[in-house]
Amino acid sequence: MQDQPPGDEALSVVALRAEKTSETPAKDWSAMLAELAISRDRQLFVRLFRHFSPRIKGYIMKLGLTEATAEELTQEAMLSVWRKTHLYDPGKAAASTWIYTLARNLSIDWMRKQKYPEYDLDSWHEEAGEPAVLELAEQAVMSDQVAMAIRQLPDNQAQVIIMSFYEGRSHSEIADRLSIPLGSVKSRIRLASEKLKQALRGNHDH
Amino acid sequence: MTINHHLDEATLFSYVAGALAQGPALVVASHLAMCGICRRRCRELEAIGGALLENISLAAVSDNTLASVLDRLDQDVIPEAAARPAPVANSGIPAPLASYVGDSLEDLSWKKLVPGVWVHDLPSQGKGITRLLRVAPGKAALPHSHRGSELTLLLRGSYSDEVGRFSTGDVADLDDQITHQPLVDSDHDCICLIATEYPLRYTTLFGKITQPLFGF
Ligand SMILES: [Zn+2]
Repeated sequence: MQDQPPGDEALSVVALRAEKTSETPAKDWSAMLAELAISRDRQLFVRLFRHFSPRIKGYIMKLGLTEATAEELTQEAMLSVWRKTHLYDPGKAAASTWIYTLARNLSIDWMRKQKYPEYDLDSWHEEAGEPAVLELAEQAVMSDQVAMAIRQLPDNQAQVIIMSFYEGRSHSEIADRLSIPLGSVKSRIRLASEKLKQALRGNHDH
Repeated sequence: MTINHHLDEATLFSYVAGALAQGPALVVASHLAMCGICRRRCRELEAIGGALLENISLAAVSDNTLASVLDRLDQDVIPEAAARPAPVANSGIPAPLASYVGDSLEDLSWKKLVPGVWVHDLPSQGKGITRLLRVAPGKAALPHSHRGSELTLLLRGSYSDEVGRFSTGDVADLDDQITHQPLVDSDHDCICLIATEYPLRYTTLFGKITQPLFGF
């Protein structure tokens, strides 16, 4: 790996925005992304670019890559968005979810020079029988609730979530860095994951 | 195919976060190709990933970058949608694994470890091992414990150990607390895909002696 992840950002818990920065609800981004597949409208692409590219770049930089690399990978990610929109199904996932998996795979492939094993990123169409995880209308609300839920996690759970999601560290790497047993890393992730899923499902009583 | 043993939540979480090493990620993706239950769990975690991306601190992207991407849109030809492989081929090989081994488990170069036990190593990065293990009926793998995790996906046949009974599609997601000795109880060879984070630790003298020989 060329670029090592930076030091202990994990405790500066979440660089989540404090207030809403976007007036466009998530479901509209999803509708726009789906629309792009049909219209190939460059103005629409520009709007998606302006919204998602700073997020993708922020994510890649958190993974510990240099700004130059992040810039390059962000361009690749946005080109992939343009190329692959016909594979995007708004009935299955929010635009942010689809773009997240694209950006994640591109970054890992670059870091490892090896393709991250995917199960079916490009074939979401195929499981027509499977219901969407969330209705589109719910997705805007949910992503704010998940952000909120992260802020409300106990520090030791937030820490492992940040180290996994934003820094891409393995369980044993986290265990080593925090000097705690592997089993504790896993149980913290399980607890946190359950809370985040509840937030995603719109369940407030936790 | 009824699957009784699924991925640990923490393992799935790290897969979605892109934080699993290559070998374990291959086992997870292969199980996902076989298991609708875990696929659905995975989608939910990906939605959390989307929410985190939506709320991440932004890094400025210049208009020049936008301009150069726009330039490249013109040159870009949208590829024809490729024919998609089935999630699990008739051979029983899940799609993510097929890119490593092709379409036949029989035709692989199997290396004999001890009578009734063969391995086929897959290229993997890092300290751990990623391999296919083939064990004849009635044979047992060597008892061992782990430092770090061990992920095993049953592709064919079945075995029982201290944890339970595992058959096709099941995944054994073990952490470092467990010592186990899987015994094959199917009437044909049992084949599984295994990924560990670190080399295995054998708990018998025979295992300790043979360990360097077999390169576990
Ligand atoms: Zn499963």
